[in-house]
Amino acid sequence: MATRKSTAKPNISKEELLQYYRDMLLIRRFEEKAGQLYGMGLIGGFCHLYIGQEAVVVGLEASADEGDKRVTSYRDHGHMLACGMDPKGVMAELTGRDGGYSKGKGGSMHMFSKEKHFYGGHGIVAAQVPIGAGLAFSDMYKGTDRVTFIYFGDGAANQGQVAETYNMAELWDLPAVFVIENNQYAMGTSVKRATKSPDFWERGAAYGIEGEAVDGMDVLAVKAAGEKAVAHCRAGKGPYILEIMTYRYRGHSMSDPAKYRSREEVQKIREERDAIEHVRELILQGKHASDDDLKAIDKDIKAVVNEAAEFAKESPEPALEELYTDIYADVAPQNA
Amino acid sequence: MATEILMPALSPTMEEGTLAKWLVNEGDTVSAGDILAEIETDKATMEFEAVDEGTLGKILVPAGTEGVKVNTPIAVMVEEGEDAEAAAAKAQEAAPAADAAGKAAPDGGSAPDAPPAEPKAAAPAPEPEVPEGTEMKSTTVREALRDAMAEEMRRDDTVFLMGEEVAEYQGAYKISQGLLDEFGAKRVIDTPITEHGFAGLGVGAAFGGLRPIVEFMTFNFAMQAMDQIINSAAKTLYMSGGQMGCPMVFRGPNGAAARVAAQHSQDYAAWYAQVPGLRVVQPYSAADAKGLLKTAIRDPNPVIFLENEILYGRSFDVPALDDFTVPFGKARIWREGSDVTIVSFGIGMTYALEAAEALAKDGIEAEVIDLRTLRPLDTATVIESVKKTNRCVTVEEGWPVCSIGNHISAVLMQEAFDWLDAPVINCTGKDVPMPYAANLEKLALVTTKEVIEAARQVTYR
Repeated sequence: MATRKSTAKPNISKEELLQYYRDMLLIRRFEEKAGQLYGMGLIGGFCHLYIGQEAVVVGLEASADEGDKRVTSYRDHGHMLACGMDPKGVMAELTGRDGGYSKGKGGSMHMFSKEKHFYGGHGIVAAQVPIGAGLAFSDMYKGTDRVTFIYFGDGAANQGQVAETYNMAELWDLPAVFVIENNQYAMGTSVKRATKSPDFWERGAAYGIEGEAVDGMDVLAVKAAGEKAVAHCRAGKGPYILEIMTYRYRGHSMSDPAKYRSREEVQKIREERDAIEHVRELILQGKHASDDDLKAIDKDIKAVVNEAAEFAKESPEPALEELYTDIYADVAPQNA
Repeated sequence: MATEILMPALSPTMEEGTLAKWLVNEGDTVSAGDILAEIETDKATMEFEAVDEGTLGKILVPAGTEGVKVNTPIAVMVEEGEDAEAAAAKAQEAAPAADAAGKAAPDGGSAPDAPPAEPKAAAPAPEPEVPEGTEMKSTTVREALRDAMAEEMRRDDTVFLMGEEVAEYQGAYKISQGLLDEFGAKRVIDTPITEHGFAGLGVGAAFGGLRPIVEFMTFNFAMQAMDQIINSAAKTLYMSGGQMGCPMVFRGPNGAAARVAAQHSQDYAAWYAQVPGLRVVQPYSAADAKGLLKTAIRDPNPVIFLENEILYGRSFDVPALDDFTVPFGKARIWREGSDVTIVSFGIGMTYALEAAEALAKDGIEAEVIDLRTLRPLDTATVIESVKKTNRCVTVEEGWPVCSIGNHISAVLMQEAFDWLDAPVINCTGKDVPMPYAANLEKLALVTTKEVIEAARQVTYR
């Protein structure tokens, strides 16, 4: 992983730093709670936690504007929280309840919000990549200057449809930011066991797409890179690739024994590179807030997460009639 | 020794063409590889090259002649000193009889039945949706599909067409002819050869509020895109609790063409018909092709629109209405009858209608039902018919296991058991990959003869 660049820039405002701190902490506490509920049997099936990668979505959302779109894989809880979706609705979807974003019919991997321009939540590795290009295509077709963030992992980066999409995106100058969240492991396979071309962003060059690698444990670096990529797209210069070097602390899913890496490896990154800790230090060093202030924020966030968990437990299961609804639309959905 | 130059088959399904232009004159010396003529097929204008050297003795078919059957002598090459007129006379004498022409490949001699002659489309029972006295216009299925897309693109500017060769080439099968000129490159988009990618891109564009028509050059290539069609297009409305629909059409030719072997000759009707969330349409006539495609483009759900290459060039009457649509889920009774119900769809209708005509000569009156859409499936019309005829034969080109016919049989067993006087027979393609050899291909396909035999079997006659 790249060494952290110095990011204690004087032009970062107090409000901005505190916002990142809150947003990242919300994701972490939410995911810890989801892990707990999974252990209690309240969440079933696959549940992929985002802990460790929080700076990626928080940094990029900070570079997005209203109306920009995003689409991601099944490791999607962080993306939904970062784009402003309600933690209650997300958690209730995890518990398969009527109050969930998909009325309990999608689950952890399949959630959507038209309001927040969040287009899923896709369970098939890399399927979201051409879909994201299609979203970008729709904005270009309609003549807006909106941008689509297409998130996928280092595992998905080896899928053929990513190559197909790069080719079309550059061919048609689609306003798409390809975000490779390189968390070093495709399920249990490390990058070096999956490819001899480990610098994923460089593959864009084969299609004429510019890009760069970014320190994904530094939310400010991510935001800066996001702004550059977005400006590139909005200027009509076509797609841009950001390979964001990050790390997943937890297993691939809840059922992952994580035998493919050492406990020490994980511990070292948690201690030395943690993105939330980094922002916390910047806040304290810059005397933007006191330790007590941060504790108060922690408490607020815990309350939000607890409230979401309570909602997710209390929300009823979907009505049995829901089995046969939403298979066909009767009227044209207003997607855009 | 004079050599005849025969009208070439320039595509697997070409049976006749137009001799557009001769590029050589009588008396010219030609070498192998010289362009002799331009020939228009049902899909394209092709240059036709000489394979031998010699002198073009006599042109037998003048430029501008339409409907020249494949294998008809079109000119004679002579060697030095040969009498061109005599050679020409001899060639014309030996010209194949009209009924033997029109087959690109040699007829498989060992196949059990005669090759189906180009059937004349039976006159359909009047479409109930069409007001009486409506003017009808003879239109090919190909033109009908193009007209449907053009009309819907004029009506709704979020509709666009993308696929391989749809724009500048005017469609691999000429379905999109003229659309680029009218709608421009923004709305008629040539894609790279990237089925998985552009199918997924189409899904995203539909999520983004557009109405894509994704053309697969053939549905055989859609297998590369299967994940996007099933997992992304069909399931997202459900997985999103009704928030995120996917209003789009996947269309292209499906099923066997002619002599293109296993990987290019599969009928996917039963595969797609199994998937909740998809609409599946397989028209037979040009009117249905037009009316159903217009409905498909307007439908808020993902629609699989299965066309057939062999039907593209067939003409049918199409109502000359400003906005002619055909609803989904409504079968059409092409022929009323009291003795047996023959249920089919798509090109299977060719065999069903031929069989019904032959059976009528023997006093067996078949009721022929064209399902038109496979999802939703109009089982009510089939059940009603079987309550009248008490017998049923299904006809489709696809494989026998888990076929549409199997499903209809099960529905009839459950819902019309007391009305059945014989087990339902499913006439299908054979349970083999499509062979290349002409005789084996003929054996692999469902035939009119098989439909006739099945009808006799269920009527015990």
